[in-house]
Amino acid sequence: MVEALSTENIVAATAGGVLIGIAAVLLMAMSGRIAGVSGFVSRLLPPYTDDATPSRLAFVAGLVAAPILYTAATGNAVAITVSNSAPLLVVGGLLVGFGAVRGGGCTSGHGVCGTARLSPRSLVATAVFMATGIITVFVVRHAMGA
Amino acid sequence: MQIVSTFVVGILFGLGLVVSGLINPAKVLNFLDLAGTWDPSLAFTMAAAVLVTAIGYRVVFQRRAPLLAGSFQLPAASDLDARLIGGAALFGIGWGLVGFCPGPAVAALSSGMTSPIVFVGAMLAGMALARMLDKPSLRLSTQPKS
Repeated sequence: MVEALSTENIVAATAGGVLIGIAAVLLMAMSGRIAGVSGFVSRLLPPYTDDATPSRLAFVAGLVAAPILYTAATGNAVAITVSNSAPLLVVGGLLVGFGAVRGGGCTSGHGVCGTARLSPRSLVATAVFMATGIITVFVVRHAMGA
Repeated sequence: MQIVSTFVVGILFGLGLVVSGLINPAKVLNFLDLAGTWDPSLAFTMAAAVLVTAIGYRVVFQRRAPLLAGSFQLPAASDLDARLIGGAALFGIGWGLVGFCPGPAVAALSSGMTSPIVFVGAMLAGMALARMLDKPSLRLSTQPKS
């Protein structure tokens, strides 16, 4: 924990948050939309109820392009350490996708944009998914000893 | 124009995920692991993103409409129902199992690793399932689009 809270880590974490905030504000200023990634991604699937599909594709393309641009600009590789257990990834992906659509948002739509608007639904959703996320990690890492 | 602007927003958002480390599931799981190798730095990311968004939204909402669209599209729902809480709870469990939420998972597709592809595939399936449960009538979408 002490290493994790180095000045460098805090500066990077805060700067990243500022960038996410600027992106959310720009999207509202330009397009009038909440920057909710699960909403953007899930509405790329049919049925299509509006004509914003090209914009949603553009947002997703920007997300995918960002790490490549980062590495091209800084020369630093992007650290991604993730499980390679297919069953775990499939179960996790299904729960994240299903839960985000069911709950009307994810870490970005509820956690950042909705919380910033003090939306009661978003505050409750954020508290709930933080809690179940923390409990899940506790159970997997400490109760099950994995 | 809106497509270009949304692409740029996607890049900024994705850079925020990279710079903060939110794109890295190992870091996210440590953020959620209060009882173990807790890494609190992502709390600075959340706080910074929410603060910038809250201030920026206040400025943006002084205008009557966004620059490139007719109106602001804000969620109208306000009920704290079982669907919201259940969805958020499942979302948090999936997040805690793998460490990916939708934005980072999509951005990590750029790495060419297999795990993000498997996770995003399952996430899309979960989203499709939730959308079918949500609006069964849309499965047989025969009405002309306006």
